[in-house]
Parts: sequence; structure tokens; C-alpha cells
Amino acid sequence: MSIAITTQIICFTILSLVILIGALGVVLLESIVYSAFLLGGVFMSVAGLYLLLNASFVAAAQVLVYVGAVNVLIIFAIMLVNKKEDLKPINDIKSRRIISTTICLTLLSLLIRVDLTNVWSLSSPQNSIGEESTIRIGEHLFSDYLLPFEVASVLLLMAMIGAIVLARRDVMSKDISTGLPVDQELIEKSSEPLLTNKN
Amino acid sequence: MEYRLDLEYSFNEFLKGFGLSSEIAHIIWLPLPMLLVLVAAVVGVLVTVWLERKISAAAQQRIGPEYAGALGVLQPIADGLKLLVKEDIIPAKADGILFTAGPILVLVPVILSWLIVPFGQNLLISNVGIGIFLWIALSSIQPIGLLMSGYASNNKYSLLGGLRAAAQSISYEIPLALSVLAIVLMTNSLSTIDIVNQQSGAGILSWNIWRQPVGFIVFWICALAECERLPFDLPEAEEELVAGYQTEYAGMKFALFYLGSYINLILSALLVSILYLGGWGFPIPVELIAKFLNLPINAPFIQVFTASIGIVMTVLKAYLLVFIAILLRWTTPRVRIDQLLDLGWKFLLPISLANLLITAGLKLAFPQFFGG
Repeated sequence: MSIAITTQIICFTILSLVILIGALGVVLLESIVYSAFLLGGVFMSVAGLYLLLNASFVAAAQVLVYVGAVNVLIIFAIMLVNKKEDLKPINDIKSRRIISTTICLTLLSLLIRVDLTNVWSLSSPQNSIGEESTIRIGEHLFSDYLLPFEVASVLLLMAMIGAIVLARRDVMSKDISTGLPVDQELIEKSSEPLLTNKN
Repeated sequence: MEYRLDLEYSFNEFLKGFGLSSEIAHIIWLPLPMLLVLVAAVVGVLVTVWLERKISAAAQQRIGPEYAGALGVLQPIADGLKLLVKEDIIPAKADGILFTAGPILVLVPVILSWLIVPFGQNLLISNVGIGIFLWIALSSIQPIGLLMSGYASNNKYSLLGGLRAAAQSISYEIPLALSVLAIVLMTNSLSTIDIVNQQSGAGILSWNIWRQPVGFIVFWICALAECERLPFDLPEAEEELVAGYQTEYAGMKFALFYLGSYINLILSALLVSILYLGGWGFPIPVELIAKFLNLPINAPFIQVFTASIGIVMTVLKAYLLVFIAILLRWTTPRVRIDQLLDLGWKFLLPISLANLLITAGLKLAFPQFFGG
């Protein structure tokens, strides 16, 4: 076995372990901040897997979009609403956990079954396009995938405008959907200084 | 085959002379350029810290450091040693793991980005195809480290500083990426080598700064904001936030932040010189001079000479920009946070978008000047 293949196997093992353990940590840890940071680690490891598959552009895009934007926004949101709140204990927490675990395990077994029964058409490493993939992705985005690409951009634009309208409710005196006057108390609450309740 | 200065090839041949296989020679070669670049980055930081102290002293009509070595050149080393032996304090109510991981997450992406900085045709660690995009992606990891250290310090100044740093960093990343995109559009490639080669046609006249003046200014402003240099150093604004996310840090962890910000400054200066100022190119093309003097361009000594001129030119251009950044720091007042976000979102973003659009139009109209 050549050194290159050994390195690849070692990298793959480490990355998969980080992904598995990190993902479990995201779900199971009590502290939401830890979960958010671990999620960033999981995203990074997925980018590492893309790198192992010779898809460097996809890996960099993964880092830019998921780690640099999505994860940062999640952490931002957590830190801006970091009020200490006493949550009510849930009575039937045990049965809920059992049900969710069963559902997750069923989905996992389904995925494993698909993985084992499907015949994957793997291309040999010689056929991989490697560095050329940036150009190919661009060509596809502007030819046969143009419509999904544009629809996705319109969707994101709509989400952005919606978020702005929600965030700047103070500019409107009436609620858009119901036509009732806006609940001013809610606005007062949201514009309270951040760290007053944190002691 | 055309002879080119290829250190890797000659090094591997040299090791094979001792009877090593080519794979082992490659493994021995791999860490060498990385170590070299790391050392170069750290030396660059020492020089920049010294320059900062001397130039700020001159700007304020002081003398600055003068006892440690001639003209105080050893002062940065003394600073570094002091930070190295200082006690490492973790506040009692801080979150130990995140507190330690924060500075590392800030420093590592910056150092990794040096992977794509070319000092000559073959003088870079790796000519990755995605080149400049790798830097943009890596620099987007930094805010996570800043948020992490701000949160873990368990201090309101730190938290606010971390939030400000992350907000600033993500708002200025967009115009930065858009102005890089205009360059990439002209080059037809993301690789830093191709970007420099595209500007090497007619010496100083073909540098991108003449074709992308708006992009150059937008990029430089955004780069300063990403480095948290003074007109934009809100995350550590000392009158408001003590020292922002660095407030609780001491010793080596503080030094990591310090090192990270200066390495980032040098990296940004290097990237401006690569993207807009012709990289390693001499103002008059070396090929023209060689032809004028009737020297063969492929002769080994000319190759070595060209390579050293390349390194000198890259470093010279970068330090010129570092000098401008230091002057800016000691002569301009700090902007307010709302002014900062206004400038980023309402001014730089539309301008860089328009710049991209105009570049695309000019590329279609004059393909010979704006890349075919």
C-alpha cells in the first residue's frame, strides 16, 4: 500500500469519527452553545471529506457557506437571545426520548439498507475532474441547472425581505396579515438592553 | 523541456542521490516550504511590530523603542519573550475549553491562508486551483473563533467585542469577495499564479490597479476592516469595551490574538499586491531587460536573479501597503459602529456590485484589455 493511500485512509477515519462524535454531541449535549460550536466542527469535517474526494471547490464552498455563514448566524442568534430562563420540566420526557430514538434508528437502518442493496456506479480515480470542477459547476449552473439556481436565489431574497419586515415591525403600525394594531409591548421587549437580566 | 527554477525537483533529485525512494523524498520535502513560510510570517510580524512602534513614534514626535538593539529592532522579540513567560490565566468563571480554543481558531485559518501566497512562479506552497477562493473561505472561519473567545470569557465587554468582531467580519466579507470576483472575471481563473501572470504583460502598465481602481479601494478598505485595523478597530475599542474579546486574555493566548492580527495584516497586504499590484512582477518586465541586455532568459543565473527580484518585489509592495495601514492607524479617528455597518452595507456593497457589473460589460466590449 502506498503512502498516499495510507494517508487517505487515516484522514478518512479521523474525519468520519469527528463527524459521528460531533453530530452525536450536537444532539445530546445539554449546552446549546457547545452544540452550535460542535456543529461548526461537523461542517468542517464534511468539507474535509469533499477534499478527500478531490472536490476542492465544493469543500471551500462548504466552509464559506456552512461554517462562515450558517453556523456564525446560529451562534449569533444564540448569543443575542442568551437569557437565563427556567424551563418547565417535561413530564413524559422518557417516552419522548424512546420514540425519537426509535424513529432515528429506523431511518438509519433504512439508509444502511439502501447503501447495501444499491449498486453504486463508482468512477475510477483517473476519471475524476479535480481542478476542472469549478468550470464544470459554473457551466451546469448556467445551463441545465439555471432554473433551480434562479428559483433558489428568489427564495433567498424572499426570506431576506421577510426577515427585514419581521425585524423592523416598528415602522408599521398595523399587522400586515391581520390588520390589527401591532402589539407595542412585544417591540418594547425586543428592544430591551441585552445583558440586563444576566447575573 | 524548458528550464525553470524548480526547487522541489532539484531537492528530490538531491535526496534520490542518497538512495532514497521518490516517495520518501517527497515526504521529507513537504514540511520544508510550510516551515519556511511560517518562519517568514513570524519574521514579517516582528518587522511589522517594530515598524508600527517606530512609525507611531514618528507620527507623534517621539523616539520610540531605542535601547533594545540598534534603533530598537530587538524590541518585538523582547515583547514576544515577555508574553511567552507570562502566567497563563483562565478566569475562574470562564469556560476553559472554549477559552483556549478561541485564539487557536482565530490564528489557524490565517496561517493556512499563506498556502496560496506566491512569491514567484514556483515559489509558493501549493498552486491550488481554487486559489483565492480558499482564502475567502478560510477567512470566514475566523468570526467563530472570535465569538467563541468572546462568549467563553464570561465578561460583557468580551461578549460585545466578539459580537462586534463577527458582525464586522461578515459584513465586510461580501464587498471583499465581490471585488475579488471582478479580478477573477478578468483572469478566467481563481489561481493566484494566473492572476499575477495576467498582469505581467507590460510591467507597471498592465497591473490590475489601472483596470480596477474602484475594486482596489474597496478591497483595501475591506481588508483593513477584516484585520480590525484602526479606522475599523471597533471590536477592541478601548474607550468603550476595554479590549473587546481580548479583555480576559493574558500571556501566550493573548499573544496568539496579537500574532493573528499582524499575520492577517501582512497577508492582506500581500494579497492586495498580488491582486492589484502585479505580485512578484518588476515595474519593467524582467524579460524586456534581459532582451535589452542580450542575456538568455533561461540561463540559470538569470532564473535565480528573477526569482530573487520576485521575492523582493512582493515583500516591498506588501510592506508599502503595511506602511500605509500603520499611517492610517495613527492618523485617523475610529468610526462608530453604525457608521461602520452603514459604510459596509450601504456604500461598499452597491459600489462593488456595480464594479462587478461594469467589469463584466467591459470584458465583453474590450476583451483584449479586460481578459478574453
